[in-house]
Amino acid sequence: MENMLLNIRDLKVNIEDKEILKGLNLNIKEGEVHVIMGPNGGGKSTLAYTLMGHPSYHIVNGTIEFDNELINELRADERAKKGLFLSFQYPEEISGVTVEDFLRTAKASVTGQMQGIISFKKSLKEKMELLEMKEEYASRYLNVGFSGGEKKKNEILQMSVLEPKLAILDETDSGLDVDAIRIVAEGVNKIKDDKKSILVITHYNKLLDYLDPDFVHILIDGKIVKTGGKELASEIDEQGYENIRSKYSN
Amino acid sequence: MDRKKTYVKDVSRKVYDIKNKFDYRFKTDRGLTPDIIREISKEKNEPQWMTDFRLKSLEIYNNKPMPTWGVDLSDLDMDDIIAYIRPDADMKHSWDDVPDDIKNTFERLGIPQAERESLAGVGAQYDSEVVYHNIKKELVDQGVVYTDIETALVEYEDILKEYFMKLVPPTDHKFAALHGAVWSGGSFVYVPEGVNVDIPLQSYFRLNAPGAGQFEHTLIIVEKGARLHFIEGCSAPVYNVNNLHAGCVELFVKEDASLRYSTIENWSRNMYNLNTKRALVDKNGTIEWVSGSFGSKVSMLYPMSILQGEGARSEFTGITFASTGQHLDTGTKVVHAAPHTTSTVNSKSISKNGGYAFYRGLLKVAPGAYGCKSSVSCESLMLDNMSKSDTLPIIELNNDDIDIGHEAKIGRISDEAIFYLMSRGISEEEAKAMIVRGFVEPITKELPLEYAVELNNLINIELEGTIG
Repeated sequence: MENMLLNIRDLKVNIEDKEILKGLNLNIKEGEVHVIMGPNGGGKSTLAYTLMGHPSYHIVNGTIEFDNELINELRADERAKKGLFLSFQYPEEISGVTVEDFLRTAKASVTGQMQGIISFKKSLKEKMELLEMKEEYASRYLNVGFSGGEKKKNEILQMSVLEPKLAILDETDSGLDVDAIRIVAEGVNKIKDDKKSILVITHYNKLLDYLDPDFVHILIDGKIVKTGGKELASEIDEQGYENIRSKYSN
Repeated sequence: MDRKKTYVKDVSRKVYDIKNKFDYRFKTDRGLTPDIIREISKEKNEPQWMTDFRLKSLEIYNNKPMPTWGVDLSDLDMDDIIAYIRPDADMKHSWDDVPDDIKNTFERLGIPQAERESLAGVGAQYDSEVVYHNIKKELVDQGVVYTDIETALVEYEDILKEYFMKLVPPTDHKFAALHGAVWSGGSFVYVPEGVNVDIPLQSYFRLNAPGAGQFEHTLIIVEKGARLHFIEGCSAPVYNVNNLHAGCVELFVKEDASLRYSTIENWSRNMYNLNTKRALVDKNGTIEWVSGSFGSKVSMLYPMSILQGEGARSEFTGITFASTGQHLDTGTKVVHAAPHTTSTVNSKSISKNGGYAFYRGLLKVAPGAYGCKSSVSCESLMLDNMSKSDTLPIIELNNDDIDIGHEAKIGRISDEAIFYLMSRGISEEEAKAMIVRGFVEPITKELPLEYAVELNNLINIELEGTIG
């Protein structure tokens, strides 16, 4: 039997004093692809940020276990070192820091050892080719002046360099054209293996044409109201969230 | 949960704060009187016209009000300042001849080493007088002159009469007048037509005496088609009385000539740094300012470029770092006085631990100066909630055939950016250091190498954790 990678129990999360997640449960095993769908405001991004350890998201109840360890209190960098990764919906621009220098530092932080510059450059170049990114991006400042699509590709590039156990993709498909979605999805598929898991958070199911999810969850009003297979995504696509909401919420 | 606070370290002042015994051969009484001015002039064996110039400047000084804008100068009392201190040393051309305690001071600051490794000439001023001056023989053979103003006043009196305080006249403002009255030491550089001085010259100004003023004058003339890179450094140990620095820099860049003027100022935090710098640029000439302001209690410093010849160019790159108890009011002024002149301003400031960094700039385009281009960018980064930043970029355009780009940004270090970097496994302190280093990166690459290293070192970040 595959090992449990992520185990979320009765998770309640506040931003300031507002309760956003209201008792969420989720299990992800090694090698699985999960999709969380839901209307805006339902708590999708809150779940992503909470899992990564954003200091503004306060866990008021419940537990998050990752790789058999309680991570409720861990800082974001500690979670990253344990193998968690978040592809941001709106990646930050960091002026004066090149993509290459940043990734080499990040990789060294995660693995605990600094890779030689030449071998790092070589592997970075291969990964960029895979994502159809121009080589010059390596020497550009992190996300500065990148288009929306370039930023998303850059997130996937970071994921492929850091090789996390669980990658959370927060609205990675939003703002991307069809070609970009295909390239991103191919990149994600390259990373995934029977040990590595993916959690896709999305409003639409565009990315699902390329990824083969094991489970689809519907998150409404801070709770997962329905879990199913890929067919659930099609149901949402056909009926819209309003019907789903009245069907599954109480 | 752990509550953690990160902070950017202050500039390590260890080396700068080593004081020597206050030895001197001659000093004036505190304060300013015509007699004190005459005494300075007599001590320097000056020609009568210079004595008269000083006395006239004093009169202007006494008649001008203190500036009412910028920094708070209410604690500065000229009656407490010793205007002139001749150190117990003469100007030498070999470090071996410089008295040990003074030589050791400059050794600690790395000046003789830099001279051996990367400079074409060095001047070193200690309190009011230059104690060391040397320049490579090849440059002397090409007619390059690099000496102190006192020597220039003897050997090149006509040039000084023509240029000295003509670009920054004593009537300019109160501290220019003060400078005219009590100036001492500094550098005179003359680069003849077509000569390319490809290795920098560096002057270092060290103020050791408590309660003293340093008023060095720098006059540089770069003739037609010639090139020069000049570096100026300054520091002082900290005292609990006020020190005053009111230097004056006048740069003349002739047709097709080019001058890069780099300054790293690291005065102690009891220093009033009220400095005036100006460049006059002829046809197709270039002035490049690189300015790092890290020290002093208060600073008012706005290097000015006057582009008077068609096609002249100026470039200003500045970094200001204000910490506890510091109010640094810095910026630059550019006057486009001729057609097709171009200017670039790139200024960054960091304030932390209650420091106050203020950018004040002026961009002025004259009525007949058509087809000018200018791009101004000033950015400020505050590292905490105790610190302050402001920008005041004034733009004054007198014709409409101008291409101008302007950008001003003030911000605090972003929590979201820190979280983003941390989510990639980078610790909070390294994330902050990365953001700060990235912020100053465009500037550090312009600094002379040894100073770039120093700047990067001062952005070392430490984690201070308390369990609470």
